[in-house]
Amino acid sequence: MASLTAVGADEIGSKGTGDEFYAWCARGELRLRRCNACREWCHVPRVTCPDCASTDWTWEPVKGTGRLYTWTVVHRAMHPAFMGDVPYAVVVVELDEGPRIVSGMVDCPIEALEMEMPVEVVFERSDRWGDRVLPRFRRTAGGPSGKAKGAR
Amino acid sequence: MADPGRKRACIVGIGETKYGRDKGAAHTNLGLQLEASIKAISDAGLTRRDIDGVMPFQGLANAEEIVANLGCDKVRFAATVAMGGASPVGSLALAADVLAAGRANAILIPAGWAAFSGPRTRELVLDPARLPGGVIANDYYFPHGYTAPMQWYAVMAQRHMYEFGTKREHLGAVAVAMRKHAQLNPNAVMRGRPMTMADYLASPMLADPYKMLDCCIETDGAAAFVVTTEERARDLGKPIVRVEAAAAAQPHPADEITNRKNIFETGLGRAAPEAFGRAGVRHADLDFAMIYDCFTFELIHQIEELGLCKRGEGGPFVEGGRIELGGELPINTHGGLLSEAHVVGMNHVVEAVRQLRGDCGARQVANAELGVVTGWGDFGDGSVAILARG
Repeated sequence: MASLTAVGADEIGSKGTGDEFYAWCARGELRLRRCNACREWCHVPRVTCPDCASTDWTWEPVKGTGRLYTWTVVHRAMHPAFMGDVPYAVVVVELDEGPRIVSGMVDCPIEALEMEMPVEVVFERSDRWGDRVLPRFRRTAGGPSGKAKGAR
Repeated sequence: MADPGRKRACIVGIGETKYGRDKGAAHTNLGLQLEASIKAISDAGLTRRDIDGVMPFQGLANAEEIVANLGCDKVRFAATVAMGGASPVGSLALAADVLAAGRANAILIPAGWAAFSGPRTRELVLDPARLPGGVIANDYYFPHGYTAPMQWYAVMAQRHMYEFGTKREHLGAVAVAMRKHAQLNPNAVMRGRPMTMADYLASPMLADPYKMLDCCIETDGAAAFVVTTEERARDLGKPIVRVEAAAAAQPHPADEITNRKNIFETGLGRAAPEAFGRAGVRHADLDFAMIYDCFTFELIHQIEELGLCKRGEGGPFVEGGRIELGGELPINTHGGLLSEAHVVGMNHVVEAVRQLRGDCGARQVANAELGVVTGWGDFGDGSVAILARG
């Protein structure tokens, strides 16, 4: 049975492709893995392409725009690292390229969250779980309308 | 029957500890499971030396220590199905195949934990390495505060409410029904604590749309059951509870919950048609259902995935007392994970057996002959068993 205690920040470094993903974020770029064989985008990043099993891929920039696909507003943190942040929204953004990405909102009160709302990426440093520059999202200013509601 | 020649397995023994929430209890995961196991073996009319297979729940006790403590010296099959809360019913599905293949004659399936007095469930997931797709959770979920099952599943519930008009009151109807059933169950932790829709609506929000009363309870307790061949079961003199068919499946991808082509896809959606097809029964024939109710929406979701209604219609399905005792399809007559105890779904199997034996007393479904049990685990793994009175 694995440890039942909280993991310390020094143990958090990625064992997968996360370090590369976040290295791009630290440079202010949202890049996803894209398969060079079948051209499918892939998030979360994987070792092989889930569509064609190719291992030939590139970290390719995405536009960073998308729609709010769904969310939850956390009123009681289930992990001590986030207790000071409540209430906070965990959002799932469907990027224009197709993949969905788990993130959070910047400059958006929780009452303003709306399904299909257009959003765009911003980068924000966080030390809540490791010390990383995270891709977060904000409402697209005067942007195109989402399916459900007009731009605010 | 779809495959009349196939040998079917039977559940011949069930055992449960007292379910409780006592901070001072000195329970261990192993001790609780041994108590439930001894009861199940005895209930079957078997002895420890008859048990030649064991399928423990991942991470709560291992086969070797269970077998050593029970003194089962004839074990030739031991395996663990790693599907989170879908494991007990997933284990039953595998056990049925193992029995049919002759690899074992009597298989013990135990699970349980001191999830109240010991490490709390919410603490168990602090280490993302323990999660399915642990690196994914570590790298892409936890940094945004997406750290717990309640939150992972809440985003599906929220989208379902948006796409299909599922209402807050639908979630509430599930919570109220489970609590109502618990009032008729002496071993339910929430017996004596009735709840109304108004109570539900007033409960604090934890992860929108989940309020506290949408969530299963953390409890101490264990349950076990013994599975054997139908031939052997007939010699034991107990009422026969036959596994007509059982199946398990994973959604794709199983290790990431937000990127399925259809976010509502689950393992159960594929396992259920397989099980109903092999059993050769129709949904309309069911007398009851025991559905893994870790959170209220997951029960509604699985009603759809089972095929009891179309996707999107699960909310209206639970309206008007339909899932309550006396309703069209009583669900979780024991009170479920929401109001009896969180025994990782073992209690759903035990309750189904009790219903089919006619041993449910005040909460007995009249003439219960056929029922379905589901399991839900991790990021949407699913399992299902169709059980019949023999």
